[in-house]
Amino acid sequence: MGTRDCQHICGESSPAVGEAGKTGEWRDSFPVIDQEKCLPVRQNKPSCFLCWLYCPDAVISRTIPIKINMEYCKGCGICAQVCPAHAITMVHEEEFCPNGTD
Amino acid sequence: MKTNAVNMTEKEYLLPGNRTCPGCALSLAYRHILKALEGRVIVTVPASCLTVLHGMYPVTSVNVPCVNTPFPSTAASATGLVAGLKALGKEGVTVLAIAGDGGTHDIGIQALSAAAERQNDFLYICYDNEGYMNTGNQRSGSTPLGAISGTTPILGKQQNQKDITAIMEAHGIPYVATANASYPLDLYEKVRKAKTIRGTRFIHVFTPCSPGWAFPFSNTIKIGKLAVETGWVILYEVEDGIFRLTSASESIAKRDNLRPLREYLMEQGRFKNITEEQINELQGWVNTRWKRCLDRAVNL
Repeated sequence: MGTRDCQHICGESSPAVGEAGKTGEWRDSFPVIDQEKCLPVRQNKPSCFLCWLYCPDAVISRTIPIKINMEYCKGCGICAQVCPAHAITMVHEEEFCPNGTD
Repeated sequence: MKTNAVNMTEKEYLLPGNRTCPGCALSLAYRHILKALEGRVIVTVPASCLTVLHGMYPVTSVNVPCVNTPFPSTAASATGLVAGLKALGKEGVTVLAIAGDGGTHDIGIQALSAAAERQNDFLYICYDNEGYMNTGNQRSGSTPLGAISGTTPILGKQQNQKDITAIMEAHGIPYVATANASYPLDLYEKVRKAKTIRGTRFIHVFTPCSPGWAFPFSNTIKIGKLAVETGWVILYEVEDGIFRLTSASESIAKRDNLRPLREYLMEQGRFKNITEEQINELQGWVNTRWKRCLDRAVNL
């Protein structure tokens, strides 16, 4: 980091995932996907993907079924709001893991 | 073929795990701006939330080259980058100057105005969160009437915002547009179009700010859409003087169903002390601007 490939120290930054650390730790609610309701899964072909389009942090994959990178998901809940099939619900962290374990 | 969520390019230039707040509209808009430019871009950024997003040395959360520049000199630094690319004979790279509303409406306006007058060949994007959000929500030239901010904490701001898009349009530049982070496909199309045009191009992007405007961060998209549905934000583009309404604003104009501004204001904590007179004044401002846009639009 901060050096060129030749190991010479320079004033440039290098791109990396997780610049602010594991931003998943900021989260107080989890997005939980009900795959049976999700449109691309139901139709078994690429469609909708509004959660992928609207995710500000680019942590949702455009795959069937969609996957959320929980290491970096900040838990904003935008995906749950934009999902036309209501397949995503936000569950509070305490309900999800009552003992405080992940 | 029209772009949609299924056929849009999958490559990401904005990496996860960056420093933006949860539900940040700037992060969403910037993600689609970089997608539209396909990584063939040099970005120049003044002090703003975007520098926070770009991260701290020696790590950055974007995959494109970026220059950090002093607050008033975004457009001047873009002018220099354009001249440098020309001297090196490099083609096909867009110079993107992107600043917040403070860096555009207030501090950066003289450099921007001078660059537009010289017709320097770069794309300038102003992302508008209606305040100096990065430093503690101070009022800016874009904060609306009646909004509570760090420097107008009790009564709210006593003046309304300035219309930066109209100011830039008056420079006679080839492309001026407004966009909204809640309509990413419209934003994507506009950046794609601006990329192909030569000369100074200006896009004003509306980005709701959940901590600064005091609404739950899951509502970012909802607030952005309400802003368009109530006419607070009008989505349009002016290409060589020809004015066209786009996306949701076009369909609202065709159906003639603008919602009352009150619905947009009441969703946000920053308007909790707004008076009836101020709401009426803002509604009058919205109505006048909406009518002017309807009169000018060629596609209704």
